Amino acid sequence: MSANAKEVLLGPIFNNNPIGLQILGICSALAVTTKMSVALVMCLALTFVLTLSNVFISLIRNQIPSSIRIIVQMTIIASLVIVVDQILGAVAYDISKQLSVFVGLIITNCIVMGRAEAFAMQNPPGLSFIDGLGNSLGYSVCLMVVATIRELFGSGSLFSIEILPLVTNGGWYSPMGLMLLPPSAFFIIGLLIWALRAWKPEQVEEPEYEIGGHTALSKV
Amino acid sequence: MVEYYLSLFVRAVFIENMALVFFLGMCTFIAISKKIETALGLGIAVVVVLTITVPVNNLIYAYLLADGALAWAGLPDVDLSFLGFLSYIGVIAAIVQILEMFLDKYVPVLYNALGVFLPLITVNCAILGASLFMVNRDYNFGESVVYGFGSGVGWAIAIVVLAGIREKMKYSDVPEGLRGLGITFITVGLMSLGFMSFGGISL
Repeated sequence: MSANAKEVLLGPIFNNNPIGLQILGICSALAVTTKMSVALVMCLALTFVLTLSNVFISLIRNQIPSSIRIIVQMTIIASLVIVVDQILGAVAYDISKQLSVFVGLIITNCIVMGRAEAFAMQNPPGLSFIDGLGNSLGYSVCLMVVATIRELFGSGSLFSIEILPLVTNGGWYSPMGLMLLPPSAFFIIGLLIWALRAWKPEQVEEPEYEIGGHTALSKV
Repeated sequence: MVEYYLSLFVRAVFIENMALVFFLGMCTFIAISKKIETALGLGIAVVVVLTITVPVNNLIYAYLLADGALAWAGLPDVDLSFLGFLSYIGVIAAIVQILEMFLDKYVPVLYNALGVFLPLITVNCAILGASLFMVNRDYNFGESVVYGFGSGVGWAIAIVVLAGIREKMKYSDVPEGLRGLGITFITVGLMSLGFMSFGGISL
């Protein structure tokens, strides 16, 4: 694997994470993370759609007239999502019920559109495939970390296997109900971003407003 | 009857707030909430588009896509519901485009105010999400009008409030790694916690 391809594959995981840095695709990241199994299915679905849409769009990138490119990209993505939705409904019916509308919302997931527009339109299919894979990995890492925290502390289990014995089952752990509610997802992502930026300080944003020094005092 | 619709409206605005409870439209929600004015423009655009697209998609679903919906055309056994995603997103893209041309011609003031936000709305998850929820919950035409309008208003309220908080927050001394995106998420979390207190209200 050449150095360039490796950077394209691994870059999005920590250095240029689609959720942590680019603020893309957050909607689904928050909504499907109460259980790890559901989150994993969502990651697989997104990986499928993102890599294939990148490949297809890259294959026909020279034929797409630029004035209608958005609608062409949208059609390709929507068709792929329909395939995923039908497969999930056939193979994993329970999980597809829990994901409800969020599989459909992959269509408007900004990561998919963003990569199609920013990468697949300019690069050959092979590299676009790797880019799709890398970005789905970045998305999946983020999603699975959030899901692990939420399921472990919210219901004391991982993949529905009990890790912390619950009080209701005669154990010692009383679950934190907040972890299963929407607000916790925002807190966890916020803190994850903090952790990521403490580790990689170059991602810290510039302050919009500098607090001035105490000029009056310093003159005295 | 009025009570039923009012209750549906209140539920769409507060209890099932698009942004704070279902996390829809988050990308734009976080990205375009630095100033109250722009947030307000985007909020209004979302309300307008949602109020139009949800009922239109409802008609398309009820008369073209649902199982047996083509009975009026003599095709009672046809089930096109698998084409749903493709049709909804197409309808949304088309309506946004038409709305843009209509406003440009007849209401230039509003067109200039909404500016770049209108085309952006096509890829806002809240718009597609509302249509999908509408299908999921089997709303009829009247309900879908109320639901579309209500969820738009809820989203608009949330983004304007967030913009108000962020305008003040830029003067505060936030830890370095949390600056910008991180603190915004935590603020939204607190707002979402506040909105949870509406849970269980019914009229």
